[in-house]
Amino acid sequence: MELLLALGIGTLVAAGVYLALRPRLFSVLLGITLLSYAVNLFLLASGGLMVDGAPLSNLPGPHPDPLPQALILTAIVISFGMTAFLIVLTLRAVSERGHDRVDEDPGSEEP
Amino acid sequence: MLLATAVLLPFLLMLLPAALERARVPPALSAGLVALGVAAALAWLAPVVASGALVQYSVPWVPSIGLDFALRLDGLSLLFAGLIAGIGLLVILYAHYYLSDEDCNGRFFAYLLLFMGSMLGVATADNLLLLLIFWELTSLSSFLLIGFWRGAAEARQGARLALLVTGAGGLALLGGVLLIGDIVGSYSLAAVLAAGEAIRGDPRYPWLLTLVLLGAFTKSAQFPFHFWLPHAMAAPTPVSAYLHSATMVKAGIFLLMRLWPALAGTPEWFWIVSTAGLVTMLFAAYVALFKHDLKGLLAYSTISQLGLITLLLGLGTPLAEIAAVFHLMNHAAFKASLFMAAGIVDHETGTRDMRRLSGLARHMPYTATLAIVAAAAMAGVPLLNGFISKEMFFAETFALQPPWSWLMPLAATLGGLFSVAYSARFVHDVFFGGEARDLPRKPHEPPRFMIVPVEILVVICLLVGLAPALVVEPTLRLAAGALLQRPLPEFSLALWHGFNLPFAMSVCALVGGIALYLVRRYLWALHTRETQWLSGKHITEALVEALGAASARLHSGLERGGLRLSLLAFLVVAIAAGAIGFGGVAPQPTRTMLPGGVVPWIGVAVLVMATGATVVLHRERVLAVVAVGVIGLIVSLAFVKLSAPDLALTQLLVEVSTVLLLLLAMYFLPQRSPRDSSDARRVVDGVIALAAGGGAAVLAWAMLMAPGETISGYHLANAKPGGGGYNVVNVILVDFRALDTLGEITVLGIAAVAIVALLDRIELPARALDWEGRPWSSGHSLSLEVLSRPLLPLALLVSVYLLLRGHNEPGGGFIAGLVTGTALLIQYLAHGNAWVEVRLPPRYTSVAAAGILIAMLTGLASLAFGAPFLTSTFAYVSWPVVGKFELASAMVFDVGVYLAVVGVVLSILATIGRQHGKAEQA
Repeated sequence: MELLLALGIGTLVAAGVYLALRPRLFSVLLGITLLSYAVNLFLLASGGLMVDGAPLSNLPGPHPDPLPQALILTAIVISFGMTAFLIVLTLRAVSERGHDRVDEDPGSEEP
Repeated sequence: MLLATAVLLPFLLMLLPAALERARVPPALSAGLVALGVAAALAWLAPVVASGALVQYSVPWVPSIGLDFALRLDGLSLLFAGLIAGIGLLVILYAHYYLSDEDCNGRFFAYLLLFMGSMLGVATADNLLLLLIFWELTSLSSFLLIGFWRGAAEARQGARLALLVTGAGGLALLGGVLLIGDIVGSYSLAAVLAAGEAIRGDPRYPWLLTLVLLGAFTKSAQFPFHFWLPHAMAAPTPVSAYLHSATMVKAGIFLLMRLWPALAGTPEWFWIVSTAGLVTMLFAAYVALFKHDLKGLLAYSTISQLGLITLLLGLGTPLAEIAAVFHLMNHAAFKASLFMAAGIVDHETGTRDMRRLSGLARHMPYTATLAIVAAAAMAGVPLLNGFISKEMFFAETFALQPPWSWLMPLAATLGGLFSVAYSARFVHDVFFGGEARDLPRKPHEPPRFMIVPVEILVVICLLVGLAPALVVEPTLRLAAGALLQRPLPEFSLALWHGFNLPFAMSVCALVGGIALYLVRRYLWALHTRETQWLSGKHITEALVEALGAASARLHSGLERGGLRLSLLAFLVVAIAAGAIGFGGVAPQPTRTMLPGGVVPWIGVAVLVMATGATVVLHRERVLAVVAVGVIGLIVSLAFVKLSAPDLALTQLLVEVSTVLLLLLAMYFLPQRSPRDSSDARRVVDGVIALAAGGGAAVLAWAMLMAPGETISGYHLANAKPGGGGYNVVNVILVDFRALDTLGEITVLGIAAVAIVALLDRIELPARALDWEGRPWSSGHSLSLEVLSRPLLPLALLVSVYLLLRGHNEPGGGFIAGLVTGTALLIQYLAHGNAWVEVRLPPRYTSVAAAGILIAMLTGLASLAFGAPFLTSTFAYVSWPVVGKFELASAMVFDVGVYLAVVGVVLSILATIGRQHGKAEQA
């Protein structure tokens, strides 16, 4: 299970980094979304993995670490806020500049 | 308590003059009353101090760093505070007549009170950190005062220069104070003064001494940091009279006096302090002679006199310290009156240039008389206060070892000689000589009350000069005793000590100075050949410019190829640093792995495929969004599997909102990205991405396999007894770490506001055709419309249920907020903007703000019960029918979170959605 999770995190990071390096804001946005998934899973891993644990303290049995979960919960909501902000930034960039390239690059053509 | 009131009074009432600005008299009157109040409080406390007691007041402020709001009033503080309040009062009276109707005099007096309070704080602080805070406040308030005439470039430059130099000195002083605190173990002044031996014996003593002296020398304009003071003369003259003669520039001297028992008595102290003082005294006295501007002359003479006091402090003998305190008092009296006289001359003639001024004694004989007496005091003419303290200075210069025992008296006489010469120039050039020809205004005596402050100060000069033992000796003994912290040596203040060496030196200085003044024209001819670039202001400005240019070069060197290159550099460094951290050693697994099972394998396989699809299809944007949605689903399934139901719910709901948002935005964006990166670039990016992914995977695996104790036990054990809930995740969010949550919903709110602002008056091109070239459908889906209506009440019910049960079962404010948000969004999708907005006024940012406010008020409510911010409480209530249930204050907090999330989600999506409405109409 640990190996699977590590594999999943690695895949998400690789794809996220690749997309974040693309020259279009939209791809960067997708990349950052993938990276935030990876970070959230990583945070969960920091508390140790537990399958079929009891999420409530009145239930019997091994309990998963609640602290990373609380951190991730807010992180998910915050990353939604950030994604939304990036999307709107992209919209504004398109409206001001007419394209959504990351860097001004006079060489390439306007789509 | 009275002491604290006196110090804080100017701060508390500083806005009063500004509030009364409309009228002419009230601002000055209110400021004057404040100064009078401070002076009265000091006068009330003075007998206590005179009896030998120490007036103290202390409340802890930030005890964890040793910062107390601790004040003390001993002889030295009393003298200094008395100068600040007394001269402050005179300056306020003077300024009232000096400022014209166009000046915002309310603002001026507000700044002045701010400065007065800060100076009082410096004088009375009993804690070095507190002293430092007030010290910085004096720098800031003097910046405001020097730059008061903000229309004048000169004033702005002078203010900036003063702030730069004294601010840098303040930073050095901070370092010195921290070192002292580290050695002593306390910032309390009493502890520091008692630990002189330990401080002087510490190997860090040279460092801390240098840092403290940098602070003191910059503040008191000692060479080579003197240059800000002449440029600060762009300030209104009352400011110069107050800050640059009597108070602020004396703050550095005061610091040296305050710390004298702790720092002085070493060779380092003697050499650094006395050399700085000597050089400053001679150099500035020489320069003063060549200044044509009245205030310029006074500025340099101030620097020179401050040098004299510094030199006395450096000499280190107890008698020299007494002389230093004495001269400090005398200088405050004669220099403040001279500045005021210069201001009167400027005010009544329109110029301060001594080459144009001449013969004013005929037009303003009374002012002239007063100015002449004050200038004579500055020159050290017998029967005046300056003479006595200078005699004491001359006598002390003999106390050194050869060759200093004859070099120092020689230098002292030379300094005295220059001061006689510039004093003579001040008097003769301005008030005597032929009639001035081209004065901007016809000179005459100033208003009666404008001259009163000058009169008072000059009378003090005379009284001290005539009967020092009677007038000033008790105060001096008190102050010097507090400075030395030990019994005073024998000394006598008298007008006449007989024909001795100091008297001979005085005579030499007087005769030589007048002779020097007579031959001044030849000296000027020599002096004008001196290179102009050798001024501190030019050097500082050149340094600042060079620093700016260097950082601009560095910046343009680093920021070459835009964001992508910066990101690339960042990633490469991060990967390299991570690789070094591993050190080439493969992590050794120490835990046993959990069994994998078939479902997780399938999950990861789908995840890898969907991720691969996102990368391959990222230029086909709609398909890429679908693939990202799949990944989000897999991640929420992973949360389910790994015993995190709250996370799974949150992830799922956020996923829906994010995809909706992306689809909404897609309408305005190109549907496809063109292929605009070269093959080589894709390969480089791919390699870096693989390295980053590999690193993250190895790191995650290493972390998962390493043994580790978590702190979850505490949270699990205390969730019910301490927070009243079984859902530990929710209890952490709304109770244990509620402050974090409050911060987070605030950040969300900020994001929403930023988004609304970014979309304000945006112009987006509407696209008539979709990516396949088909026209967009104009109506709404009928099936969605029909289905969505019964969905809304159901979804709202579910969200309320999730909110209420969140404390004990999966759910809570975040999740409930997202459910409500999604439910309302579906209404937008199904019916369009217009339909929803008629039924639900779109004031979502207010909803978000209300949520944040509710959460904050819940926290504040606990303060009312004497508990710390955000303390929660809960109780069990029993109702008929419903039965026994629990009420927790944290639930109210959670309602705040709920409202904030609903407001933010909807304001973001609705604002973007509204763009669609506009685009469709257009």
